[in-house]
Amino acid sequence: MGSGIWVAALLIACSFFEGISAVEHELNHRTERISGSAGDVLEDNPVGRLKVFVYELPSKYNKKILQKDPRCLNHMFAAEIYMHRFLLASPVRTFNPEEADWFYTPVYTTCDLTPNGLPLPFKSPRMMRSAIELISTSWPYWNRTEGADHFFIVPHDFGACFHYQEEKAIERGILHLLKRATLVQTFGQRNHVCLKDGSIVIPPYAPPQKMQAHLIPPDTPRSIFVYFRGLFYDVGNDPEGGYYARGARASVWENFKNNPLFDISTEHPTTYYEDMQRAVFCLCPLGWAPWSPRLVEAVVFGCIPVVIADDIVLPFADAIPWEEIGVFVAEEDVPKLDTILTSIPIEVILRKQRLLANPSMKQAMLFPQPAQAGDAFHQILNGLARKLPHDEKVFLRPGQKVLNWTAGPRGDLKPW
Amino acid sequence: MKQSEPQHPNRRASNAAAAAGAFRSSSAVEGVAALDGAALKYPGFLFSPAVHVLCCLLSAAAGFRFSRLIFLLFFSPSPPSSLLNHYNVPFLRQAPAAVLPPPSPIAPSSRVVVGRHGIRVRPWPHPDPAELGRANEILARVQQEQRLQYGVKDPRPVLVVTPTYARTFQALHLTGLAHSLMLVPYPITWLVVEAGGPSNQTAALLARSRLHVIHLPFHEKMPVLWSDRHRFEARMRLHALRLIREQRLEGLVLFADDSNVHSTELFDEIQILEWMGALSIGMLSHSAATDTEPRRQQRETDKENSPLPIQGPACNSSGHLIGWHTFNSLPLGHNDATFVGDGATGLPIKLEWAGFVLNSRLLWKDAEGKPDWVRDLDEVGIGGEEMESPLDLLKDASFVEPIGDCGKKVLLWWLRAEARYDSKFPTGWVIDPSPEIVVPAKQTPLAQAPPDIPIKKTASDEVHVEERVSKKGRSSRSKRNSCNKKKHEQHAEAKCQTS
Repeated sequence: MGSGIWVAALLIACSFFEGISAVEHELNHRTERISGSAGDVLEDNPVGRLKVFVYELPSKYNKKILQKDPRCLNHMFAAEIYMHRFLLASPVRTFNPEEADWFYTPVYTTCDLTPNGLPLPFKSPRMMRSAIELISTSWPYWNRTEGADHFFIVPHDFGACFHYQEEKAIERGILHLLKRATLVQTFGQRNHVCLKDGSIVIPPYAPPQKMQAHLIPPDTPRSIFVYFRGLFYDVGNDPEGGYYARGARASVWENFKNNPLFDISTEHPTTYYEDMQRAVFCLCPLGWAPWSPRLVEAVVFGCIPVVIADDIVLPFADAIPWEEIGVFVAEEDVPKLDTILTSIPIEVILRKQRLLANPSMKQAMLFPQPAQAGDAFHQILNGLARKLPHDEKVFLRPGQKVLNWTAGPRGDLKPW
Repeated sequence: MKQSEPQHPNRRASNAAAAAGAFRSSSAVEGVAALDGAALKYPGFLFSPAVHVLCCLLSAAAGFRFSRLIFLLFFSPSPPSSLLNHYNVPFLRQAPAAVLPPPSPIAPSSRVVVGRHGIRVRPWPHPDPAELGRANEILARVQQEQRLQYGVKDPRPVLVVTPTYARTFQALHLTGLAHSLMLVPYPITWLVVEAGGPSNQTAALLARSRLHVIHLPFHEKMPVLWSDRHRFEARMRLHALRLIREQRLEGLVLFADDSNVHSTELFDEIQILEWMGALSIGMLSHSAATDTEPRRQQRETDKENSPLPIQGPACNSSGHLIGWHTFNSLPLGHNDATFVGDGATGLPIKLEWAGFVLNSRLLWKDAEGKPDWVRDLDEVGIGGEEMESPLDLLKDASFVEPIGDCGKKVLLWWLRAEARYDSKFPTGWVIDPSPEIVVPAKQTPLAQAPPDIPIKKTASDEVHVEERVSKKGRSSRSKRNSCNKKKHEQHAEAKCQTS
């Protein structure tokens, strides 16, 4: 009886010590697992969970546009082109549309560039409309659901609102024909006209090879506290300030230009990527739109992103718990940014750095060529897979019509 | 107003004509224009353009634009406290505006408003010292974490063996070495062997470094001729190695001569050492007199010498040690330097001690795991045999591990630069601190004698310095009162006014 008690006590003591050593082992690890609101889904494999049918559109919608301007492959909206290429070669692609769960329309709406390289969205609504007219007449699948099992990649500033100015974009709203479709876009802001329910928010395209080429050894000490390079005042379009970035960037400049902890400037150095790897915090304030490639760069280089954009929706928000990884500062709290950042407890900062060091986190933000497991292409497919199975409202009864094909501004109705 | 960039905010040129006044009124216009746009959704939409026209006329009459002020005060939905933080600009410039009144159609639950916002600046936009302190603590902790995760695990202590002696250039060399060692993040024990017995000068230099120092006296004087020096230094180093053996000190033994320059990478690279390692040294002992040498002879020496001034291990392509690079700089240059400081720098021997690193367990009497290709330290000194390099400690030199990417990285530089062996310098490099310029009592205030300053002669005789000091001491008492004004003047013009 006494020996039994001793044995039990010994067992309990052993498990206790084992538990402690397991915790210590976890603490010594450089990274931590990432799981968002949808669970531990970052490393899911979409193959076998969904089937995508790619419409064969005439090359005037995709290839010819790219041939006219190959710069589209390198700017931050290039995701639409690379997603097309990925899907053409992916195992989730099916040639039998009857068994497809999702339908993809490869139309490059963001490839009409100015001489400076900025995309003009003026023809995009007509182009999209023309593509939809084509698929609805050549295949029966659009009319079956009025687009509810179709997805489109619209990576421009305000997504499918197709304008670069926020007020105009809000006025236009999302293109009416896309009302039922799933949109994959970079823009995300809560309670905004241009983000509809069920959209998948993706990161903007950042060239992965260029970033890998600038990696420095990880034991280089991080000696910059806060780092930012970019415009504070958009002198060409908003000289007084207050319009650009809702005044937040100007506020950052005016409050912290003399603060030694803030390495902020408009000059773009050649060591930009190396400097980000030597910084603890990287500011990611909004510009004309709330999203920017800075978030991707900060995640890849292990710098904690400080997001200053009210109500922003960050990429893959159901798979990545952004509140645990980045720091969110309200635009009205920008004057207190230094107090906020220096009063974050050190364990929280170290935990954020551990989460950022997780390779699957970095992989999820990138569009590598050729595609690798866990990258942004796979996250998009995972997001689409999580929306399956489609519920009954998706499939319309024969003869039922929901979309109004003449809705929208008169200019959109002209053929492209 | 005409923008070439496609991305432009609401600049409605049509309404610009309605704006009166010479000031840039475009933002007022767009403010009101946006208001117009929004107001279209509201009944009574004709009311606001009429008010706008009235206000514009009143502005033209008054000479400043007050419409913005009125909108601010009456129509702004944002709290007024945020306005107090705005720029205080004179009325000539347009103040950054408040948030616009009712915005374009956004879902009512959104609190983000499109339009012109104020630029929030706090009243004192300068850093706070407490915050700077906290931020530096954060940075220190983050860097410590980085070192823990990506740096060397289980760092081993380093035992640095340095032979030295008191001379003019000692302060230069020892200070540099002390600073290099202070930067090393591993525990250091510095064994300094001093020829000529322990001196206060050396002790003072070592104490300033705040490292753990073992100051070993070696009661023989350092020889003046270069050729004798190498052997003498080897004996000094052996003296330190014997101490390590007696006290069974743990760590990696590094031979750091005080005149050498070490990179901090060296200390990181040697941490992976098992028993004995060799690294590449850059030899900086090339003399300056090479142009006197006939060209034919130089080409010959170049052929037999390796082209690079490096001593260290030579590896084959698979990374194994196959030999040694030795740099023999004797044939190079007409080097007459036989004694120390004779115009040229000293020359190295074939394989300098500095290029080798040992595990201290090799020196212990009985250490577990000590390999059998090592001779015992006591055996080496027996029979008058001289240790020329640490390789003498080994029976088989092929077990030496090459360090620093198989010797490709040069981790330290060897140099022997000394002043003349009989040069003098102020003791402890401290100039006598009393700078009073004293004029002897019987002379005129204007100095006719040459200036009486001890600091003018740089390598001045210590003896002379002593004399000057005593002279000043005598006469200073008499003239102290009248020369009070010139107390801190160091230059000669003795403009003491005799009162």
